[in-house]
Amino acid sequence: MVVLSADLTESTRTLEFSKRYPERFVEAGVAEQNMAGMAAGLAMEGKIPFVSSFAVFSPGRNWDQIRVSICYSNANVKIAGSHTGLTTGGDGATHQALEDIAMTRCLPNMVVLAPCDSVETKKATLAAARHSGPVYIRFARDKTPVVTTEATPFEIGKASVFREGSHATIIACGTMVYLALEAAEALAEAGFSVRVVNNPSIKPLDVDVIVAAAKETGAIVTCEEHQVCGGLGGAVAEAVSTRFPVPMEIVGIGDIFGESGEPQELWRKYGLTVERVAGAVRAVIERKGS
Amino acid sequence: MTISDLEALELEATANMLRRDIIRMLVSAGSGHAGGPLGMAEVFTALYFRVMRHDPENPDWAERDRLVLSNGHICAVRYAAMARSGYFPVDELLTYRKIDSRLQGHPHNLSLPGLENTGGPLGQGLSQAIGRCLAARMDDKRYRVFCAMSDGEHDEGQTWEALMFAGNHKLRNLTTLLDRNNIQIDGHTEDVFPLEPLRAKYEAVKWHVIEIDGHNIRQIVEACEEAKAVYEKPTAIICHTVPGKGVDYMENEPEWHGKAPSAEMGERALEQLRTEGERIRKEIAKLRGL
Repeated sequence: MVVLSADLTESTRTLEFSKRYPERFVEAGVAEQNMAGMAAGLAMEGKIPFVSSFAVFSPGRNWDQIRVSICYSNANVKIAGSHTGLTTGGDGATHQALEDIAMTRCLPNMVVLAPCDSVETKKATLAAARHSGPVYIRFARDKTPVVTTEATPFEIGKASVFREGSHATIIACGTMVYLALEAAEALAEAGFSVRVVNNPSIKPLDVDVIVAAAKETGAIVTCEEHQVCGGLGGAVAEAVSTRFPVPMEIVGIGDIFGESGEPQELWRKYGLTVERVAGAVRAVIERKGS
Repeated sequence: MTISDLEALELEATANMLRRDIIRMLVSAGSGHAGGPLGMAEVFTALYFRVMRHDPENPDWAERDRLVLSNGHICAVRYAAMARSGYFPVDELLTYRKIDSRLQGHPHNLSLPGLENTGGPLGQGLSQAIGRCLAARMDDKRYRVFCAMSDGEHDEGQTWEALMFAGNHKLRNLTTLLDRNNIQIDGHTEDVFPLEPLRAKYEAVKWHVIEIDGHNIRQIVEACEEAKAVYEKPTAIICHTVPGKGVDYMENEPEWHGKAPSAEMGERALEQLRTEGERIRKEIAKLRGL
C-alpha cells in the first residue's frame, strides 16, 4: 500500500502514515493531476495506491486523469476525497465538494462509497483496499454522530436497513444517515412508520434492498449532502424508475453553491434539516395514495 | 556503446518497414494520425529492436523495460513496432481503429498485452511513467522506464507537474523521448503556444537533456545509453524530427497531423517509401560485399 498526498497531509490525516511508513508515502505537492497519474503507474506495478486530498481537488481537479489513467485502465487506485459537503464550513463554496458523487459514479469500473460515520469509514477504507479496481471514498470533515458499531455489517454493493418501517423509506448516505434517523423518529411521533436505509455503496448500488423498499413501503425519499443532480437520489431513481416506480423525493443541494458558515447554520440555510426530510416523507406518502 | 554501420542500416530498413505499415493502417482505417507516427519510426525502431529489454512472448515479464506512450494518438507506430517484433500477427495491424479490434484509435492497456498504458488525453503518460519509476525504487527493481512524448503536450499543466516531480526526485531510471517535430493541430508550436527555450526549461527543473536528430538511429541508441549512465537525474532526449518523414507531401505539414491518406495518396506514399527501402537494401548489400 502506498499513500499519496497533495500538500494536505495534516488536514487529510495522512500524516500518521507518512511518519510510520515514509518509504511508502509520496508527497505529490499541489499537483493533483500528476498525483492521480503516478498512482495509476504505481498500481500497474502492483501497488495499492491511496490518493488523498480534498474532494474538490481530487476527484475535482483531476477527473480526466481518473477517467483515463485510472478507470479506463482499471488501475487499482483508491481515491480518498475529504471535506465533502457543506460541513466543510468556513472555507466556503470553493472547498465544499457537492458534486463528487456525480462525477465519480458515471465512470465505468469505479466503485463509489460514502460511509456514514467514523466506524463505517474504517470498514469502507479496508474494503476499498481489498477490492481490486478503482474506488472513490467520500469523507466528511466535521465530527459526525456515530450510528454504527464494529458489528454492523459492511460490504461493497450492500445497503442495510437501520430502522424498520412500512409507510415510506428514507435512503441516505454519509452525514445524512443520522438526520434520516432523526426524521424517522420525529415522524414516528406523528404516527408514521418510516424505514431508514443506510446506503454507503452508491456504486454498485444494492438494487435488491432499494426495490424491496419500493415494494414494501411504496414511497422513497433520498437524502444526501450533495447536489440533487447526479447524486445518491439519481442513482436510487435510476433503480426505482426502471424496476418498481413509486413516488420519490430527493433531498439534497438544489443546484446552488454553498457559502462560508458553521456546518449547522449551512444545513439550515440550504435545507438539510429534519423538518425538510420529514416534509418530503409526508409528501411522498400523500402522493402514494392519490 | 556504438553500433556498426551494418546494424544501423538494418534498423533503418526496419524503420522503413514500419512506415509502410503505418501508411497501410491509415489507408485501411480511413482515419488516424500520419505525421507523428511517421516521424517517430526510427525512435520506436531503436526502442523495440535495440534499446529495450523486452520479450514479446512474455509481455508481462517482470524485469522488462517499460515504455509508456504519452501522446497516444501516434499509437500506429507502436502497434507496427509491436507487430514486427512479434507481439501479435502483422495482419492484425489492418484492424486498427475498426470495431472489435485490439488496436484502438488511442491505446488501451487492457486491450492488447504489452501495451503498458492507456493514453490519448495529452499529458497523462509521464505521470504514469513516474509511478512505475517510484514502484521500481520501492522494490529495488532494475528495469528502466521510457516515456515517448510529444512537444504539443507540453502545453498541458500536468506535463510540468510531472517534470518537476521527476526532477525533484532524481528519477534516474526514467528516460523520455520527446518528439520535437514543431507541429500541433492548429499549426506550428512556436505560433500556437511557444515552448522555447525548451532545453533551458528542462534543465531548470533538474533534468539531464540530450538533443539529437530523431531520424538518426545511431544517435537515438547512443542517447539511450548515455541516459543509462546518468545517475543523478532523469534524462530527456529531445528528438528533432520531421513530422510525416519519408512522404514528401506530408513532411512538415501540420494538416497531416491528424489525417489519413486516401487509397491513391497512400499508394504514392508507399511508392516513395519502397524506393527508400530499396536504397537501404542496396547499401546493406554493398556493406556485406554482396
